[in-house]
Amino acid sequence: MYKIIEKQKLSETITKLVIESPRVAKKRKAGNFVMIRVKEGGERIPITIADSDIEKGTVSIIVQAIGKTTKMLCSLKEGEYVLDFVGPLGEPTPIENFGRVVCIGGGVGTAEVYPIAKALRDAGNEVIGIIGARSKDLIILEKEMGEVCNKLYITTDDGSYQGKGFVSDQLQDLINSGMKIDGVYAIGPIPMMKVCANVTRPFGIKTYVSLNPIMVDGTGMCGGCRVTVGGKMKFACVDGPEFDAHEVDFDELIMRNRTYADLETISDKTYEEHVCKLEGVK
Amino acid sequence: MPNTLKPSERMKIPRQHSIEQPSTERTKNFNEVSFGLNEELALLEAKRCLDCKNPVCIDGCPVRIDIPGFIIKILEKDYAGAADKIREANYLPAICGRVCPQEDQCEIVCILGKKHEPVAIGKLERFVADYEMANNLFKSPVVNNHIDKKVAIVGSGPAGLTCAAELVKLGYKVTIFEALHATGGVLRYGIPEFRLPKEILDIEVNRVRELGAEILTNFVVGRTATLDELIDEMGYEAVFLGTGAGTPNFMEIPGEHLSGVLSANEFLTRVNFMKAYAFPEADTPIKIGKQIAVIGGGNTAMDAVRTAKRLGAEQAYLIYRRSRKEMPARVEEVMHAEEEGIEFMMLTNPLRIIGDEFNWVKAIECQKMELGEPDDSGRRKPIPIKGSEYIIEVQNVIEAIGQKPNPIIQATTPGLGISKRGTVVVDNKTMVTSRPNVFAGGDLIHGGATVILAMHDGKLAAASMHEYLQNVDKEEKVTK
Ligand SMILES: Cc1cc2nc3c(=O)[nH]c(=O)nc-3n(C[C@H](O)[C@H](O)[C@H](O)COP(=O)(O)OP(=O)(O)OC[C@H]3O[C@@H](n4cnc5c(N)ncnc54)[C@H](O)[C@@H]3O)c2cc1C
Ligand SMILES: Cc1cc2nc3c(=O)[nH]c(=O)nc-3n(C[C@H](O)[C@H](O)[C@H](O)COP(=O)(O)OP(=O)(O)OC[C@H]3O[C@@H](n4cnc5c(N)ncnc54)[C@H](O)[C@@H]3O)c2cc1C
Ligand code: SF4
Ligand code: FES
Repeated sequence: MYKIIEKQKLSETITKLVIESPRVAKKRKAGNFVMIRVKEGGERIPITIADSDIEKGTVSIIVQAIGKTTKMLCSLKEGEYVLDFVGPLGEPTPIENFGRVVCIGGGVGTAEVYPIAKALRDAGNEVIGIIGARSKDLIILEKEMGEVCNKLYITTDDGSYQGKGFVSDQLQDLINSGMKIDGVYAIGPIPMMKVCANVTRPFGIKTYVSLNPIMVDGTGMCGGCRVTVGGKMKFACVDGPEFDAHEVDFDELIMRNRTYADLETISDKTYEEHVCKLEGVK
Repeated sequence: MPNTLKPSERMKIPRQHSIEQPSTERTKNFNEVSFGLNEELALLEAKRCLDCKNPVCIDGCPVRIDIPGFIIKILEKDYAGAADKIREANYLPAICGRVCPQEDQCEIVCILGKKHEPVAIGKLERFVADYEMANNLFKSPVVNNHIDKKVAIVGSGPAGLTCAAELVKLGYKVTIFEALHATGGVLRYGIPEFRLPKEILDIEVNRVRELGAEILTNFVVGRTATLDELIDEMGYEAVFLGTGAGTPNFMEIPGEHLSGVLSANEFLTRVNFMKAYAFPEADTPIKIGKQIAVIGGGNTAMDAVRTAKRLGAEQAYLIYRRSRKEMPARVEEVMHAEEEGIEFMMLTNPLRIIGDEFNWVKAIECQKMELGEPDDSGRRKPIPIKGSEYIIEVQNVIEAIGQKPNPIIQATTPGLGISKRGTVVVDNKTMVTSRPNVFAGGDLIHGGATVILAMHDGKLAAASMHEYLQNVDKEEKVTK
């Protein structure tokens, strides 16, 4: 059992949880994730480690409630527990001093790119941040990203905040402006990562993305998280989750992530009905 | 009651068979297929044993259970005594009585088998263990010796559990580290309920706990802490690696990225470990079509295909590139699969998987094979028959074509000798790795073997870890 020490709602659907797990706090590096099981009978889901505090022995995660498990997770209160919390998993991000790097976060992907941006900054890079979301109230970690980036750009699809457009448009603008870019980290929805890869490809800018296939164990045992990278089969949980964006078969990943979509809807619906009933009692 | 029958009379008794769930019933549930022998049948079966002067059956058993010794106790109706006798050599008798390939081990060499059918040693082992459980006869041995040394075991599969039990009995402080949220390794996530009920597994794992081993789940050695940190920072003086062979192989044929293609590991993990059969009460989903194909001929393949049948597949094909004779699965499982209506497609090799417009599997193309000369493995090599390609409609393809060791520890532990196949290299007498305080065994060193071999390794390793730790003491005294 792992205790929730702190909870903060970042937007309507995005919640930050600070969870007690001294071992994970101590070991985690940028790019690592944890597998969480909220309760008995629950799914194991992967969530990136956004931050940690070694002294307090806590790990921060930022979760977007999209289905049953993430909704349950976001509904937990301070002082409550998650049943299982294991990590840090995945290969840490290879952090070097590239020179100037652009760190792009789309939606909740910002939570995943934030620790990377911080580590890159600590490694001596000049870090340019681009974060974006559909609209203003979905922008997260603006302050935190602002602190670790030399310059931070913000975009919203609907133009409700700062630049109107996609994060990839902003990236394209920077390249067009003649800015010399030595590396790009782009994390967010798969289509966004795909577009970013397409933007940097003609310029040969080394670009990394963090892939989010469906995982079961997260330790390399089931083979469910397999993705095609450079024509080869890789297991995202042990070989990744970060890969060279120019080598990734994004379309395949999009298709494979739909495998259980209909069943997940059933699961979500029964959960919602259950929650409604409980709230009705109140 | 000693066995008063003359050998000739014993030989006249036919081999007794387990009571089983009818095949028409059992494909509709996940309950255990075999109920084993009841007391009456067990007593009759025990009478068949000749109590040989040279009990070759013991040599056939990888952990050398005193087989005639425990059978005699059955005849005396001292079932708890029989269980204790087994436990001297094997701390997991209810598990082994269910899953060991007895036909290739103790029973194949049983003297009675020369002219008649061998003694059903496995069934008797299971009977004893089950009887003891059902009647609450088990008493945990008391460990009197206490050695002030900490030993770490990585992995809670049969190798790790056995090594832990042995070391606790010797008096060490033992901690088992397990990556998943529950114990047992393949015994829990791989082998289905209908062959090894979780309840039985839990009881035997808890006995290792009661004996005194501490078990920490949700701890991935290599990630949560490295092996070196276990030793240098957490104070473990010796480590046993029993992390198994958990990484599935894929055929690397076109179409493997399609939805509906799974490794047997993923399929079985979803169903057994995450309880997908109870979806949506349990949250992890699984989707099984009306026609499914499982590729492979081992126990894993057999478990996968029978599980798919139970999840509602109307046609469940087992595709194997050699013939029935070469299948490595336990004979009993092959028989049960056949009774359950699994359609065996022998001498058949998949060429590609074909998808529909939703990227879901709709068919598999196969090719017929014939057997040629024996290859390196001693088995006759399958050769494709040209022009024999054909397509069958299926909505799932489950691959059970073997696995290799999980690479996490190897990748995070400097100086650990690894073979080309990714297995950890050990001295096969002492199970010591290239590092003097690190030992290993089970599927991690064999790359996919059996429960009992894993246990054998765990025992061997425990003995040599004990020796190593005693010698370290001596050396320290000398240098002081
Ligand atoms: C390495 C890794 C790190 C991740 N980090 C974060 C994070 O920091 N914060 C966060 O909010 N989410 C993160 N995710 C995604 C998160 O795991 C999924 O949102 C979660 O599994 C959905 O579970 P659910 O039961 O709530 O929804 P479900 O009902 O299972 O799924 C809802 C929809 O989400 C999609 N989906 C299902 N499983 C996944 C999955 N594993 N990954 C992505 N999409 C999925 C499907 O299209 C599905 O229709 C990460 C995923 C990976 C692989
Ligand atoms: C479906 C299936 C059916 C089978 N049927 C039979 C049968 O009928 N009879 C038979 O004899 N054999 C059978 N086998 C083979 C048998 O299960 C294995 O040979 C045996 O389980 C190996 O034991 P082990 O202890 O070496 O490893 P495992 O059982 O694989 O256990 C390894 C454990 O280590 C854990 N682990 C891995 N890495 C780490 C890490 N870094 N840190 C912490 N923990 C870690 C894993 O999570 C796992 O729990 C079957 C195998 C499968 C897959
Ligand atoms: S070889 Fe067969 S008959 Fe002889 S002691 Fe062993 S089990 Fe009994
Ligand atoms: S999640 Fe199972 S292998 Fe990666």
